[in-house]
Amino acid sequence: MLQIISPMMRIIEIPMQYAQRKFGIQRLAWIFLLPNLILFGLFAFLPVILNFVYALTGGDNVLLNARPFVGGANFDTLTACASYFDPNSCERDFFWRAIHNTILFVTLQVGFMVGFSLLTALILNRDIRARGFFRSVFFFPVLLSPVVVALIWKWILQRNGVLNAGLDAMGLETHVWLLDRTWAFAWSVFLTVWAHMGFYTLILLAGLQAIPRDVYEAALMDRASPWRAFTKITMPLLAPTMLVVLVLALIRSVQTFDEIFAFTGGGPGSATTFIIQYIYQTGFAGAPRLFGLASAASIMLAFVLVVLTGIQLWINRRNVDG
Amino acid sequence: MKKTITTTAALAALLVGGTALVPASASAQEIRFMCSSDGNECDSIEGILAGFEAANPGVDVIVDVVPYQAILENLPIQLAAGSGPDIAKVTDLGGLHEFYLDLSPYVDRDYWEESFGGTLDWYRGGPDDDGIYGMHSQLTITGAYINRTLFDQAGVEVPGPEATWDEWAEASRAVAEATGTAFPMAMDRSGHRIAGPAISYGASLFNADGEPILVDDGFTAYVQQFVDWHEDGTMARDVWAGQGGASYQDAGQEFLNGDLVYYYSGSWQVGRFDEQIGDFFDWQVVGSPCGTGGCTGMPGGAGVVGFNDTEHPEIVAAIIDYMAQQENYARLTAETRNIPAHAAVASSGVEYQDASGPAAAALNAWAAQVPSISPVAFQYQGYAGNRAMFNITVQRVTQAIVGELSVEEAMERAKTDLAEVMAETTQ
Repeated sequence: MLQIISPMMRIIEIPMQYAQRKFGIQRLAWIFLLPNLILFGLFAFLPVILNFVYALTGGDNVLLNARPFVGGANFDTLTACASYFDPNSCERDFFWRAIHNTILFVTLQVGFMVGFSLLTALILNRDIRARGFFRSVFFFPVLLSPVVVALIWKWILQRNGVLNAGLDAMGLETHVWLLDRTWAFAWSVFLTVWAHMGFYTLILLAGLQAIPRDVYEAALMDRASPWRAFTKITMPLLAPTMLVVLVLALIRSVQTFDEIFAFTGGGPGSATTFIIQYIYQTGFAGAPRLFGLASAASIMLAFVLVVLTGIQLWINRRNVDG
Repeated sequence: MKKTITTTAALAALLVGGTALVPASASAQEIRFMCSSDGNECDSIEGILAGFEAANPGVDVIVDVVPYQAILENLPIQLAAGSGPDIAKVTDLGGLHEFYLDLSPYVDRDYWEESFGGTLDWYRGGPDDDGIYGMHSQLTITGAYINRTLFDQAGVEVPGPEATWDEWAEASRAVAEATGTAFPMAMDRSGHRIAGPAISYGASLFNADGEPILVDDGFTAYVQQFVDWHEDGTMARDVWAGQGGASYQDAGQEFLNGDLVYYYSGSWQVGRFDEQIGDFFDWQVVGSPCGTGGCTGMPGGAGVVGFNDTEHPEIVAAIIDYMAQQENYARLTAETRNIPAHAAVASSGVEYQDASGPAAAALNAWAAQVPSISPVAFQYQGYAGNRAMFNITVQRVTQAIVGELSVEEAMERAKTDLAEVMAETTQ
């Protein structure tokens, strides 16, 4: 092996020695990083810069040289509201409807997601029969494509779907679930919780299993009730994991698009239109395609996501620092 | 034209001969044709173009069959970025005008003007533009189908050709009630589809100067009626209320399942209904109901266009011109069971291939609707910004149906939306 590697090293050695002499050992690191930097710059930094350029220009032309500079007009248009609590009073009412929907969705979905994930993790952490099977069952939806998840539930909930057939068989009143704004929203929350809960359950399960058993044994010897053990031992020791789950679920929830787009198309009306769908429709599916407005909306969303990511990083650092 | 192509091909062959490493296939001039199909149109086009390829060795026309959504959403971006195909079948006829290749330097203008007349305007940039940009391959008309069997079973008389929307709604409700059918009426979720009925209710859509206004008393009156029909169960709520954004949704499946009495869609459904309904039930074309503004549907359809970024404008023009020749156009129309936009093909009649009795009757019924199309409908179809108006209509009318806005609020919003769109597109 050494016989093969040594001649190869000698081949590399010559240009490396030259590069080191030419640029110095400090700058040599940049030479190694260059290929990665080029790729990252091309596919990450450049789109971000372009996004800002589009946000500051107007018109419906995709070519930058044909787009007039409008400054902050796109941001002004999006934020022009008599009252931010009433989308009807806003110049871009669909944007504010999407914001309102997203805030309500994130609040409910993250709450249910963390709650149910914790409950499931606690149950699966106990010594129950077929524990391995149940762990797989709860994780299975995570493996499904978002479109498959949406179609499965669409078929269940449609007018002649499985749910209505079941209700009908039991003599109960059927309902066209996805034509009702409230029900469509509620089912959207349920669907996303069902689809992603397994992932967060797995993280919490790992957190629960990292809690030393002897702490519980000591509590048992002190005759602590199960509820007291849960509130005074489990929850405090699980708190760092819970925070990570919370922030991850929050970021993912804000970014929700594919499942709901395939599930309800954002309807009925705009009842399940969230911010990402608004950006997609404004920039790509509308007529005319308002790239500037879509870019401005995505920058505003990015700002929120950066804040959420900052919180996550701060929490991680605090955990690492103890 | 043929000479030019042959010369180019010969030059290409010479180049290949002198470069041993270049494969023989590289000599072919490759033309990409982006096509979407709701039936067999792309297959038929491919068959016809085989004749062109045989007559023009060295030209290779590759028909890329894509979903309709790709034509609507991806093609405009590809064209703007300069990476579009050479030819495509499009439905946003005026909206993509800036990218069209003007065929007039390469084709016989008199033949095209005589054959395609008014539809040429739908592809033009305005009244001062006399270029030839597209061959209208599929003339469509919006209007209604009924499930005739349900009418017969219910013992309800089918309203006559001059019947109003109210009369049809009443008859459809009576049939649905008598037969236990799920939905009396349904209309495709499309701004194009609702335009015909709105014009029949007196909507003018444009002002005296030809500028778009969309909302007026006639338009509002139909929207109010449409929303009321959704509230009282006359219209199938699933179609319009079941979607968000401006997404298209049809009710063809409900009609096929026999769950729908009256279906307002268009002539392009004939092939599908003929194939899938069979003798399950009798169906019939009844055209567009009447209102104070007439009994009009909307014309429309799809056309074949070349793009000005192509490296082979002469060949692209030659291909489209070949498809526009009477015998080829007649073949396309017969195979795809469409209404011809070619004057000579229409006047000489089309023998629809393998069309059943009901399908042939339906196609003739649709062809008979052409004279009743309002000039406003033609103007709307030819307006380059009509897709924006269609989208505004769908979104705002849906909001009124689901109760997010009242009809008055929705119409005010529609006016504001249109003003914003006009401001953006003139920047």
